[in-house]
Amino acid sequence: MLAILTPLMRVIEIPMTFLEKRLGMKNPAWLFLLPNLLLFGIFALLPVALNLAYAVTGSDAILLADRPYVGGDNFSALLQCDSYLDPNSCKDDLFWRAVHNTLLFVVLQVGLMVTFSLCTALILNRDIRARGFFRAVFFFPVLLSPVVVALIWKWILQREGILNAWIDGMGWQTFNWLLDRNWAFGWSVFLSIWAHMGFYTLILLAGLQAIPRDVYEAAKMDRATPWRAFRRITLPLLMPTMLVVLVLATIKGVQTFEEVYAFTGGGPGTATTMIIQYIYETGFAGAPRLFGPASAASLLLAAVLVVLTVVQLWLNRNNVDG
Amino acid sequence: MSNHLTKLKLTSAIAGFVLSAGGVAAQELTYMCSSDGTECTTAREIFDRFEAENPGVTIKIDEVPYKAILESLPVQLAAGTGPDMAKVTDLGGLSQYYLDLTPYVDAQYWEDSFGGTLDWYRSGPDDTGIYGLHSQLTITGAYINKTLFDQAGIEVPGADASWDDWAEATRAVAEATDTDFPMAMDRSGHRIAGPAISFGAALFDDSGEAILVDDGFTGYVQKFVDWHNDGTMARDVWAGAGGSSYQDASQEFINGELVYYYSGSWQVAKMDDNIGDLFDWVVVGSPCGEGGCSGMPGGAGIVGFSGTEHPELVAKAIDYLAQEENYAEMTAKTKNIPAHLGVAASGVEYAGATEGAANALNAWGAQVGKVSPVAFKYQGYKNNRAMFNITVERVTQAIVGELSVEEAMERAKEDLAVALAEAE
Amino acid sequence: MANVISFLTRTRGIGKLHWTDWLTYGYLFLGVLLMFLPVIWLGLSSFKTEAELERFPPRIIPMQQETIIVEGYDEPLPLYEIVSGEFEGETLAQIRRVGLVAQMIRPDNPDERLKVDINDRQAIEKFALATENYSELFDRFNFFKFFWNSVFITSVATMIMLTVNSMAAFALSKYQFTGRMVVLGLVIGTLMIPQTVVLVPLFLITKELNMADSLWGVIIPGAATPTGVFLLRQYMLTIPDEILDAARMDKASEWKIFWRIIVPLSAPAIAVLAILAIMWRWNDFLWPLIVLSSNDNFTLQLALNSFQGEMNTQWSNLLAMTMLVLLPIACVFVFLQKYIATGIASTGGK
Repeated sequence: MLAILTPLMRVIEIPMTFLEKRLGMKNPAWLFLLPNLLLFGIFALLPVALNLAYAVTGSDAILLADRPYVGGDNFSALLQCDSYLDPNSCKDDLFWRAVHNTLLFVVLQVGLMVTFSLCTALILNRDIRARGFFRAVFFFPVLLSPVVVALIWKWILQREGILNAWIDGMGWQTFNWLLDRNWAFGWSVFLSIWAHMGFYTLILLAGLQAIPRDVYEAAKMDRATPWRAFRRITLPLLMPTMLVVLVLATIKGVQTFEEVYAFTGGGPGTATTMIIQYIYETGFAGAPRLFGPASAASLLLAAVLVVLTVVQLWLNRNNVDG
Repeated sequence: MSNHLTKLKLTSAIAGFVLSAGGVAAQELTYMCSSDGTECTTAREIFDRFEAENPGVTIKIDEVPYKAILESLPVQLAAGTGPDMAKVTDLGGLSQYYLDLTPYVDAQYWEDSFGGTLDWYRSGPDDTGIYGLHSQLTITGAYINKTLFDQAGIEVPGADASWDDWAEATRAVAEATDTDFPMAMDRSGHRIAGPAISFGAALFDDSGEAILVDDGFTGYVQKFVDWHNDGTMARDVWAGAGGSSYQDASQEFINGELVYYYSGSWQVAKMDDNIGDLFDWVVVGSPCGEGGCSGMPGGAGIVGFSGTEHPELVAKAIDYLAQEENYAEMTAKTKNIPAHLGVAASGVEYAGATEGAANALNAWGAQVGKVSPVAFKYQGYKNNRAMFNITVERVTQAIVGELSVEEAMERAKEDLAVALAEAE
Repeated sequence: MANVISFLTRTRGIGKLHWTDWLTYGYLFLGVLLMFLPVIWLGLSSFKTEAELERFPPRIIPMQQETIIVEGYDEPLPLYEIVSGEFEGETLAQIRRVGLVAQMIRPDNPDERLKVDINDRQAIEKFALATENYSELFDRFNFFKFFWNSVFITSVATMIMLTVNSMAAFALSKYQFTGRMVVLGLVIGTLMIPQTVVLVPLFLITKELNMADSLWGVIIPGAATPTGVFLLRQYMLTIPDEILDAARMDKASEWKIFWRIIVPLSAPAIAVLAILAIMWRWNDFLWPLIVLSSNDNFTLQLALNSFQGEMNTQWSNLLAMTMLVLLPIACVFVFLQKYIATGIASTGGK
């Protein structure tokens, strides 16, 4: 695989070694960072900065020059609430409903998904037959577009879907799964785990490969039980990778949108409306397009995520510095 | 137009020049088109003739997902890029970017032929420009499963029947034939607007400002919510989704699980293809109330953008589509009802359509005359999409019980105030 | 059969099945059932006609009604089995249905018209694949052009991303320098802003750089993803520093250390990132939708989504297209996943 990259690397090698010699060995780190920072600055940081500018301006104009400055109005409108626990008491009730849904969703989805991904990765890492096939099986759903994922599970779960046909065949009472708030929410969590689990399994699988086999051999010599070997060897050595998985899963979980939107449309009512759906409908699909509140909501969201991530990183501080 | 587009055009112009050695400079127009069926291929056929009549001109049709028209096109236009022409559905919302065709076309012909629909593309009441060709006129209204009525031995209510008459009749049919749902309506603020207007909703106050909620509107919403609670309306459609997402009930209707389906004229082709021989389906239009028997008009149209480098050519191309014979051909092939008064008066031969489909389309054509002036005004109002979205979102909350009808209507009013303040 | 049994009874060690083996295969079997069956069903559904897709309840196998060509009728007539009433047990072809009565004929005696109650007949169906779902795609679009655009975008963007990200990850994991945490913080920080929100500012920037409606407008902004840097950095942390020090003793340049030591040792993580990068670019929809406007530059995902109209979605074509788009990337995955299992474990890094 790396052979494909070889010619490219050869080309980069010439300026890199040249610059390295000219500048001395003092700080090659910045040399290695430079190309990435350049792309990153223009196409990731700059849009975020512009996003901030949208958040403090009003009206439905798309170009910043046409938008009047409104200060923190967009933020205060979102945060105006008698009680943050009761969305109905808020000025923007839909935003707070979305916040509540998203919080619950992330707790359930991330917890369950990381557990299942870890189990799957451990099993796929064992010496089993047809590993490639089984790996593919768990990864395939990741390749499907959100619209198709939602469609498949709608076929299965709708009023006259496969699941109800089976329940009916068993002589039980059928149930309209997607019309019930709690079931619709539960199935959304399931669907999102189904669609993304393969992604995290793959990352964990690569992480497991980094653990040298001889450590296990040593453990076997000491007659350690598999459970003990897992807790004492596998888990600690897997922590840097686990951290990636946790951080990414949390961030992506909070940003869940497309598959749930195509699956339930956020309903019944607002039962499965997530924050990104609120942002999407306010700023892009809606009319007029209110970029201000949408950008403000996204920045609030980012602030919460930063706090969450810092906590995660702090809890794992040993693995951050290596 | 961006530099990039200009470059592209330059190269193609040079290429065209070299190729067509005759010396006529080649001009290329881009037309952004999204399709529910055959709209783009039909436009291609007609534009092929246009190209033959105008040597050196090519029209490039970019067929895009509907999402691109709705979400990307406005951003592109604001940034100064974008196509020369497009088929749009947010008629009033994009009006600031439209090219006025008046200087290049026979304005009298357009006024005589398209009358009211020209207003939908204008930015306000003072605007008299000609901007868009309404290529896809739609009308909302109901279909019934006639076979179920026959099986139940219940007479189909007449043309002047009210919503209550229909509710009663369809409930009786559903009970007699053991059908799952008496009625269903698409989950859309546009769909529920017609019935609300028939119920007396004015939507605008005396000075012409949008208000959305009044007694007539609340009255219909109350009924609508009650029907969901007593099982008259299929809950799956409205209560099964959230936000402003669109949801229809065509699948239930096609499977014969629904007696009465309130949707619109665009469903004809789908019904025709997929119901086939399963049962007889009939167009019955909109039920009546104190505000009339109104559905909502709607649809899509073709517009040019003022950013184009060839305004005259864009106007010429759109005008070509607007000519009576071309418009009739387009209407027939795309199975739509005509917005062109001349074409409507002489009737459309729906070539290739089955007898059922042709009858249904003509039945829809006859509904156009029943549309209330309020409905026309609502369709032409610049911020109507905001009102549609608010309606869907809040009425759904009332149906699933998150809010009472009063609370939902109160929230709807507040939402509208916020939206209008931002949209100026 | 013997193969299957030996496959199923293969154990961790020698001898009888350990209980963990039972658990393992039980879990995998469940996985196949839950993860893979729906995908197979999707594949079968892509061969169903539009009318069949609309049917309640959905069926597993694509079926179509049997028809027969009868003399004197232009169109083939649908066949029905009569299950009760006067003609019970016969197979009749239907001419038309009026209200509750169907007009039918015996295929061998087309002149005599029979009237049958619609509840007495049952459609005869057979297994049939609607291959037109696929063939229509090639008539309708310039499929190979779109395919080429997708391949070009995916391969170039993936190469740029892998190179740039692994270099940055190397710097962030193996060097101590001031500002390291700031850079890392910025990288993780941008992950927090949902992509949906930055689309508009990103488009304005791309347009200013003259990359709107060009394939590079999709490739370059897409290469700046923070996920890859974070993923690779965390993996590289597990590579012991002693190896680098040993190489420095041998006067290897820093680039040589990166390219000859770090990159090969990170192969599993790079393989994972390669799979993800290819998948992201291949399946990317929203960003190309905004950047690309002319059909010449369209990708397969944009073509796929053009089956979703305002009111109607042509599911039969959309599903067929989904399968076609899925196939190449599934092959790439099967090829690349090997490398995930051949990393440090086999190269013997200590």
